Amino acid sequence: MSYLLFDMALGLVLIASGGYVVFIVSQKKWVAGVSFWVLAAGFVCHSLFLGLRYVALETLPVLDFKSALSFFSWSIIAAYLALYARFRLRVLGSFAAPLAAVFMILSSAMPWTQGPVKPVFKSLWLTAHAGSMFLGNGLLAVMFLSAVMYLIQERQIKKKLLGSFFKRLPSLATLDSINRQSLVYGFPFLTLGMITGAVYAQNALGSYWRWDPKEVWSLITWLLYAALLHERLVAGWRGRRAAIGSIVCFCALVFTFVGGSLWLGGYHSFRSLGAP
Amino acid sequence: MSDAFEIINIGMNHRTAPVELRECLAAQEDHEERALRAIRDCDVIREGAYLSTCNRVEAILVTDRAREAERWMLSLMAELGGTPRDTIAPSIYIHKGLDAVEHVFRVAASLDSMVIGEPQILGQVKEAYARATRRRTSGVILNRLMHKAFHVAKRVRTETGICESAVSISYAAVELGRKIFHELEGKKVLLIGAGEMAEVAARHLITAGVDGMWVANRTFERAVEVAGYFQAEAVSLDEIPVVLEKADIVLSSTAATQYVITHDMTRNVLRKRRNRPLFFIDIAVPRDVEPRVNDLENVYVYDIDDLKDVVEYNREQRKAEAAAADRIIREEVLKFDRWLKTLAVVPTIRSLREKAEAIVRSEWKKSDAALAALSPEQREAVRVLTRSIVEKVLNDPILFLKGKAGRETLEGYLDVTRKLFNLDREE
Repeated sequence: MSYLLFDMALGLVLIASGGYVVFIVSQKKWVAGVSFWVLAAGFVCHSLFLGLRYVALETLPVLDFKSALSFFSWSIIAAYLALYARFRLRVLGSFAAPLAAVFMILSSAMPWTQGPVKPVFKSLWLTAHAGSMFLGNGLLAVMFLSAVMYLIQERQIKKKLLGSFFKRLPSLATLDSINRQSLVYGFPFLTLGMITGAVYAQNALGSYWRWDPKEVWSLITWLLYAALLHERLVAGWRGRRAAIGSIVCFCALVFTFVGGSLWLGGYHSFRSLGAP
Repeated sequence: MSDAFEIINIGMNHRTAPVELRECLAAQEDHEERALRAIRDCDVIREGAYLSTCNRVEAILVTDRAREAERWMLSLMAELGGTPRDTIAPSIYIHKGLDAVEHVFRVAASLDSMVIGEPQILGQVKEAYARATRRRTSGVILNRLMHKAFHVAKRVRTETGICESAVSISYAAVELGRKIFHELEGKKVLLIGAGEMAEVAARHLITAGVDGMWVANRTFERAVEVAGYFQAEAVSLDEIPVVLEKADIVLSSTAATQYVITHDMTRNVLRKRRNRPLFFIDIAVPRDVEPRVNDLENVYVYDIDDLKDVVEYNREQRKAEAAAADRIIREEVLKFDRWLKTLAVVPTIRSLREKAEAIVRSEWKKSDAALAALSPEQREAVRVLTRSIVEKVLNDPILFLKGKAGRETLEGYLDVTRKLFNLDREE
């Protein structure tokens, strides 16, 4: 049942992504409207799937790479839907839905490895820690997308290339505003994830901080985002510089997520998470 | 009375007349009222409306004697503008008949505007028509013509995309501004130099919602004058760096031979602006804004050639729409022509009826004594009888003529009818 829900979610997100791509090319509003509802339906299926998995595992389904990718994809869509409520920006869907779809496809390509879950992971602290991390990551992924869109649009305007991109992409002010909002909302989630993680480590492992590679990289990423937020709010960064900043920060975030989980070892790596 | 009327249209617009001349004619508010009063009192003109905007002045007239009406109208315009006839004559265009109808349709549909597709003109045409109806200078022909013109304007707006795309430089500037600032509401504009182009663009920006404007000019008096126009604040050229800290859009159009806005000047204000975007629209030739300014972060410089490219780009897209608009205009002109032609039948039919009526009346008078003996009911019966005989006799010729309306042979048939029934009172 739960796998069927996952497949449905995958299918719906793929259809929605296709629809959003058709929308950005054809500029037909109804296509975006349909895509939005398909995406929302996919999101509901995905949420149900995650709920069932949560009940089955008695913890958040993020303990292997496949699950983590699926959860990341879900958070991107969640972030997009939340920002859509605020900005009503259809064209952002043309970027967010395909990105979410890519993670879903990667996730679906991996085999299900359902090992027993260690008792230590069946903790609300883990749910709080990983949950807020992923929600933050979703928002910061959308922030990254808005930065890419900003740089494309800015280039069109600077170089006076007023073709199809110029027409289809939203205004610089809108993109900058999305970028700012997703940082302002995303960063607290990241912070909350760090704090709950430390508390969880104290409870489960006896110390708040253990210099685990993923911990170190998370701290670096967090500091980068903190610096960006500071520059934006205090030093008045905006536009191009802020956009480049968000792309740099997101690269660090992705490295932390992928590197910390797969290559760098330590107790955050999936190998050690899954090991009985 | 002859019914060979003609619709003529006399006027000047942004293409035919230099701005100084348009200013003379367009400036005063009471011009329209004065023109309408004169039109009402003029014997040569049957119906008339007078339209006066910043970019055009025109009269739409229905007259029996076109040549005289033209001359008369030209004198009136010269008088209103306080200029000699010879000065305005070269800038005047005159359209007659269906050309005039087409021109009126094009004007109302905003196809003849400086900024094609701009929406104000339709309101101005409606206003001019309303004034003509108030002054009772509008009649059957003009009522029909103007209502058709409004209908055409609506069709062009809804059936073509011509009103949507940017087609003028100032409109392009507004569209670019929207891509940078998302909305122009609350944005502040600095106008440097005060030529005609700048004024048009400034008016566009105001329509788009900017609030707050400064006007800087070499001669401060002129700055004050233009500032008064837009309820803006006048500043001197030296104050530009200070104003740059607050402005979002800078529209420059001076005749200066050197850069008014330099790279260093702009770089120095950026920090104080906290990196808020700054959009320079440079419509001056030679340019007012140093091209290197475009290299600064969050600063966008568009000179007149860049804007022309935008306009050109949009114009390409617009060609198909323009063809569609032309088709609509042609269609409607044909329809109007058909209506005008049915109008040609009306006087003959009216004369026919009048003649019959006269015969009935005179015969009735002759037989008055003989019918005196009848009771009122019987007299009424005879009256009805005579009337219905006349009606029946005339019915077929009238239907026949109406059926020929708009055909080429109509003229001949009308002629025959008038001769056959001796409608022109020849002995």
